[in-house]
Amino acid sequence: MAAPDLTKTDPGIGADAADKHAEEDLAGLEAGLDALESYERERKPFSRVLLEKVLPPVIAILLVLAVWQIAYSMEVKPRYALPSPQDVWDAFMVQWKKGTVFDILWTSLSRGILGFLIAVAIGTPLGLIVARVSWIRAAIGPILSGLQSLPSVAWVPPAVIWFGLNNSAIYAVVLLGAVPSIANGLVAGIDQIPPLYLRAGRVLGARGLNSVWHVMLPASLPGYVAGLKQGWAFSWRSLMAAELIAAGPELGSGLGQLMDQGRDLGDMPMMLTAVFMILIVGIGIEMLVFTPVERLVLRQRGLATSK
Amino acid sequence: MTQTISEATPTATTPVETGFAVRLDQVTKVFGRGRGTPVLDGIDLTVAPGEFVCLLGASGCGKSTLLNLIADLDRPTSGTIEVSGDRPALMFQDHALFPWLTAGKNIELALKLRGVPRDRRRAEADELLELVRLGGAHKKRVHELSGGMRQRVALARALAQAGDLLLMDEPFAALDAITRDVLHDELTRIWAETGRSVVFVTHNVREAVRLAQRVVLMSSRPGRIAREWTIDIPQPRRIESTGVSELSVEITDQLRGEIRRHGRA
Ligand SMILES: Nc1ncnc2c1ncn2[C@@H]1O[C@H](COP(=O)(O)OP(=O)(O)O)[C@@H](O)[C@H]1O
Ligand SMILES: [Mg+2]
Repeated sequence: MAAPDLTKTDPGIGADAADKHAEEDLAGLEAGLDALESYERERKPFSRVLLEKVLPPVIAILLVLAVWQIAYSMEVKPRYALPSPQDVWDAFMVQWKKGTVFDILWTSLSRGILGFLIAVAIGTPLGLIVARVSWIRAAIGPILSGLQSLPSVAWVPPAVIWFGLNNSAIYAVVLLGAVPSIANGLVAGIDQIPPLYLRAGRVLGARGLNSVWHVMLPASLPGYVAGLKQGWAFSWRSLMAAELIAAGPELGSGLGQLMDQGRDLGDMPMMLTAVFMILIVGIGIEMLVFTPVERLVLRQRGLATSK
Repeated sequence: MTQTISEATPTATTPVETGFAVRLDQVTKVFGRGRGTPVLDGIDLTVAPGEFVCLLGASGCGKSTLLNLIADLDRPTSGTIEVSGDRPALMFQDHALFPWLTAGKNIELALKLRGVPRDRRRAEADELLELVRLGGAHKKRVHELSGGMRQRVALARALAQAGDLLLMDEPFAALDAITRDVLHDELTRIWAETGRSVVFVTHNVREAVRLAQRVVLMSSRPGRIAREWTIDIPQPRRIESTGVSELSVEITDQLRGEIRRHGRA
């Protein structure tokens, strides 16, 4: 063990009074140096955070509502095509009173989350392998990047034909949308690892799986989390596209179906209600889950910009 | 002070047994498919257990390459390297601490990879932090530490490894002079307390004379061992002292001579 072995002492360093003094001197000097170079980062007071972070988006939303209301009053579009904010709110309250809002939300959200988790389970090992095995990277790296830019809605018709109008088709579309993002995020994260960390890990004795677990994955975390965030956005988007296009009795009713139903009925407030709920879920998950995680990861590493 | 070549120093850290911490025999390294001039050519070097050796040479003479070979990060083109005991620890010029872990957890990871059971890691890590006088820094993030503190944590992490041999690749080169002086004192103290064998690489002649029992001067292209000095100025030395200065002047002249040869060639 590395505990001080006091039996081996250089004759140059004795324990007499003068040396003892020098020893204390050194400790004091070092404490002074440490103190001079350390600083406490001050935290912004809560009222400032409120002012700088919460107020601007609230103002922006109010502005949008105001412009919308004005456009409605001026009848820029006929009333059936451009309902007022109040009409949309009423349509939402109708759904609310029917007690179906949570069912609809949950149908979509649970699909989105489950699809995302499966995508993580597939995308993570895939990203690891692509990043570390050069011939696999040469073979499927470009395909993976290409898939990322393919709108996943393109997969809906083939998926319906392969799997039928059911959940399998929907999950297939979600996975094809999210897996490439997650895998590519991890590949980018691993590519950005400073080689020094890998070498330091090897010196400490981290090889094989140990190296992956203790060095490679944590070192690539910033890129990986960015990939996860994008993967969620792609999951949610693909899911909505799939729900909207593939409506069927087996599929239950999620947000996409609500929108489709609104279109069938020519009910614009209902459609807009669905649009806003889709938007709010997407933003909400990002703000409640991914933004905090991303900030935590960056802050731990001293990379967070003081935004 | 004596300037004999390869003569054992009469200090207490000289091994009683005729063992070695590391032994290099005709080590040669050629990059790029074995063609071109060798970076290292026929290096013979033995470091005794508990010995403190400084490898001195101009930039690009192959010092880092040599340490990488000893640390098994790379393989020699020919020749053999024997390290007695466990895998040697290596400290880089850049602290190379993992920024996703706290100072204490960095050390605990080294202990874990060495096989120390979980319930003992925390205490041993704290002990090592005490040794580098950073007792309260267990929970500190790497970015919250100053350059000198980072190198001390890196030293503690290196000491957490089981190996007796500590390789240091210009670990203080990026620090300011005041901090570097203090860390010289610390390293001397910790070396004496732990009895580790140290191979310390530097291009700073005074630093080498300040720290080492033996200074090994390397020539460049190909890297060979040009000369050795045994230094018996008692520790702790001061970098400003006349003894250190005088020998530094002599070694600097030799080093410059080595460098000049390349201008003529
Ligand atoms: N991986 C490598 N491939 C090719 N040449 C290298 C490599 N690493 C180092 N070298 C060369 O070997 C020589 C010695 O490098 P290095 O050991 O880093 O020198 P030092 O640490 O003494 O400054 C340099 O000329 C450098 O260009
Ligand atoms: Mg170097």
